[in-house]
Amino acid sequence: MSPRTTRVVLAVGAPVLALLMAFVITSLVLLAAGDSVADVWAQILSVPSHRAIVNIINAATVYYLSAIAVAIGFRMNLFNIGVDGQYRVASFAAAVVAGEGWLPGYLNTLLAVVAAVLVGAMWAGIAGLLRVTRGVSEVISTIMLNAIATALVAYLLRKVAVDDGGNNTATKVVPEESRVPGIQLFGDVTVKVYGFVFLAALVGFVYWFVLSKTRFGFDLRATGRSETAAVASGISVKKMIVVSMLLSGGAAGLVGLPLLFGNDYSYGSTFQSGLGFAGIAIALLGRNHPIGIALGALLFAFLDEQSNSLQIVVGVSPDIVKITQGVIVLTVVIAYEVVRRYRVRLEQRQVAAALDEPATIEEAKA
Amino acid sequence: MRRLTKTAAVAGVVALVLAGAACSKKSDDSASTESGGENCVEKTSDMKVGMAFDVGGEGDQSFNDSAAKGMKKAACEFGFDFQTAEAQDGEAESAREGRLQELVDAGYNPVVAVGFAYSASVGKVAKENPEVSFAIVDDAVEGENITNLLFAEEQGSFLVGAAAALKSETGTIGFVGGVETELIQKFEAGYVAGAKAVKPDIKIQSRYLTQPPDFSGFGDPAKGKTAAEGMLDGGADIVYHAAGGSGGGVFEAVSAKDGAWAIGVDSDQALTADDSVKDVILTSMVKNIDVAVHEFLKSVHDGAAKTGAQVYDLASNGVGYSTTGDHLKDVADQLEDYKKQIVDGTIEVPTKP
Repeated sequence: MSPRTTRVVLAVGAPVLALLMAFVITSLVLLAAGDSVADVWAQILSVPSHRAIVNIINAATVYYLSAIAVAIGFRMNLFNIGVDGQYRVASFAAAVVAGEGWLPGYLNTLLAVVAAVLVGAMWAGIAGLLRVTRGVSEVISTIMLNAIATALVAYLLRKVAVDDGGNNTATKVVPEESRVPGIQLFGDVTVKVYGFVFLAALVGFVYWFVLSKTRFGFDLRATGRSETAAVASGISVKKMIVVSMLLSGGAAGLVGLPLLFGNDYSYGSTFQSGLGFAGIAIALLGRNHPIGIALGALLFAFLDEQSNSLQIVVGVSPDIVKITQGVIVLTVVIAYEVVRRYRVRLEQRQVAAALDEPATIEEAKA
Repeated sequence: MRRLTKTAAVAGVVALVLAGAACSKKSDDSASTESGGENCVEKTSDMKVGMAFDVGGEGDQSFNDSAAKGMKKAACEFGFDFQTAEAQDGEAESAREGRLQELVDAGYNPVVAVGFAYSASVGKVAKENPEVSFAIVDDAVEGENITNLLFAEEQGSFLVGAAAALKSETGTIGFVGGVETELIQKFEAGYVAGAKAVKPDIKIQSRYLTQPPDFSGFGDPAKGKTAAEGMLDGGADIVYHAAGGSGGGVFEAVSAKDGAWAIGVDSDQALTADDSVKDVILTSMVKNIDVAVHEFLKSVHDGAAKTGAQVYDLASNGVGYSTTGDHLKDVADQLEDYKKQIVDGTIEVPTKP
């Protein structure tokens, strides 16, 4: 095998290995619970309906943004566990701004997007500042900030909530002309793909471009790999930490926007939560690579979408989907490590072989 | 290597969060397939009922179970098939829509949505499927094929609040709410109004266990216990809970203190709660979701679905208070008097604290 094919095989091998392992472990869980393993997999792996395909794309859009936000931190060796709180604070802020409708039409949408990015960045920035000034681990501070975000948003939500006559507490509804139109993918279903799917794609492209093609991206990756080396080459680590936290938080601010402008049109107590944690899992799954993350997001969205029919058609608890997702996260980390060690050994062997070769030639000469 | 350890730790946490969501509820799946007692009729009806539960699903001994009970009773009487599906904590709006639509696609009609979380999705899916009858518990949604099953929780809470004020010896009573939503605030508002009607200077301690979107306050007995203990320490001798599964903790805290009483919620908890705490339950604010669901299904079965708002209040016995244990014998006359005044409109109970 040429080195290039080896690399590709290994890169694809890890996730495939992880999925197979997750498949086996989940099957064992199903067996232990006394459910029909074959029925469950037949349902999960069945071809989704048109409606489901649209839902999968939509859910993946949101997951993708969340995972990119997490990945920005990961590349810098920063563990931003707080994407969950950041996107909720930001979505709330965006919903308030959009609901007020200070500007007409899409200017209003734009203003809300800017507000979301700023608020998300600010919320993450707190953790960044604490890290550089007080040395507080960002893992701890962002977890704490998640809890504070929950309380803060709940408090503010009650202040600004409008009475819709029902029992749901929510912000003012986004005016119709500021909503982002969806894309009608199939004629036979009414659900539409969020227009913000393009925003997610753009964010993915910018993420790739900035990290791989710019000086800043190089600095960020270098700092992530080795702080001492970064300092030696003149990079201000403190500045990098704050900036990457701000960027991660800013991206996190975008997470709730496809939901806000594409489906919910207001922020309320039933707004989707827990997206930040799914983002961590997906970033790990996709190895912080924009394409890898997209595949991971689609996989998670696909599994989620099948959980309803699992209950209704097969009669199995939808929790099995959560278990599968959790198992995938663990097996992915293990599989990547196994493959990494194998690759290191392979390289060592190649280097050893390469070193041996000239020696044999010289010996032959002599 | 250090990075791997950190990555592994984070992965572990994420897996726990995901799996935690899966394990945090009681799985009582055995109940979902049983079709009730022995006096059931054979499966004769070709009606197929779908029910979409709120978070917690079947087995929460509270809200969802009450709806399930009403449906199973009707299934037994009229001999129809049913299927249930439950919500995931923190799911997207599209997931709720998908659930309802999938029940419709699988041929279920009528479809009952349990909980106000479904209000937007019921409105949307009902419009797209005009031939299917929908019912939603706990919220008002307009539509020609939608029935709203609404309850006057504040009226029932008013009566148990009055009972608490009449029975309290310390002059301080408590209220533990599960999650601070508008719905639970109705319970608090009624309770406070009832207590103040009896005794204007009464002291009332109110606590909510969690804030949305954290709905764990409906299923965390430990939180309920801590909150109730704090109130008892603060001099309260009667604690009313509207906290679903967390109520078990409230009962536990109250049973540990002599002379203190607890007030249950949704069903007659002196009958349904754990044996060790049954005797500390003064009364319960009964909310007859099962009756409402049963009546709705009966009307659909009879071919005359009642659409629009169906309000279950004191007048229609949709809400009320339980008398198991006869602890309220000495104040029964006063409570009946208040009840009469609410029914005839003399007293108007507020819905916001």
